Amino acid sequence: MRLIRYSRPETWGWAPTEQLSKLREEIDRLFDAPFADISRMGEFFNGWAPPLDLTEDKDNLVATMEIPGLSKEHLDVTVHEGVLSISGERSESKQDKNAQAHRRERVYGRFHRSISLPKPVNSDSIKAVYRDGILTVTMPKTEEAKPRQIEVSVG
Amino acid sequence: MNIASKPETARTPAHSEEHYVVPSVDITETKDEFVLEADMPGVTKNTLEVLLEGSELTIVGRRPAPKTREYLHRESNPAAFRRSFVLDPMIDAGRVTAQIDNGVLCVRLPKADEIKPRRISVTD
Repeated sequence: MRLIRYSRPETWGWAPTEQLSKLREEIDRLFDAPFADISRMGEFFNGWAPPLDLTEDKDNLVATMEIPGLSKEHLDVTVHEGVLSISGERSESKQDKNAQAHRRERVYGRFHRSISLPKPVNSDSIKAVYRDGILTVTMPKTEEAKPRQIEVSVG
Repeated sequence: MNIASKPETARTPAHSEEHYVVPSVDITETKDEFVLEADMPGVTKNTLEVLLEGSELTIVGRRPAPKTREYLHRESNPAAFRRSFVLDPMIDAGRVTAQIDNGVLCVRLPKADEIKPRRISVTD
């Protein structure tokens, strides 16, 4: 729910221009990163859809996901039949009961994302590391999936 | 009484070629302080700047340049995070603290003592 943010009616008073600048920010955002924002349309239907990248080097497929503020106990990573699934939950930080919210833009709750892996991976040696709010899943490719240099001999 | 987010134009100098991502923030207020939390995944203590100039608070978080790998699928935006806020005058700028943990920046902005509500005992 990114394009239309809920604001408490009593906070409208302090700046009509604030609402306009928010709209402007959203428009800027769309132009700055069209791909990222179209992918975020999923949030309208599925709740929270943290951005997911998949990269490849010679030996590994590497998936990274931006999910700040989780604890690793709340993360679940599985690879099954060539599909990587990442799910988890972000709960709100404990606040004083009398705290008054002025702005709530951050998303909380459960998320679940899956991506098909384009190459076979060795599921026994997958490593997942959560650091600085980014989950990195390193999946070694199977020997068959790695590029191989074939030497050409003179016949 | 609030912390207002500054519009985009005011915080990006015209000569700047750099693009920024606006981080999502939560701002809450208690009796003693304001707490600002911002999602800045990939930013560490060393790549984070929290600037306080007069009544303006600016947070800038840079992320390490991604390794040169071939992208098969990409949704993330590698640009640095940046956002400015105009602080409420009741905030005691001298006691503002910031820390970043698991990609979430938490800035604590205590209210000045003289502003806090104080119960005055009534004497005879």
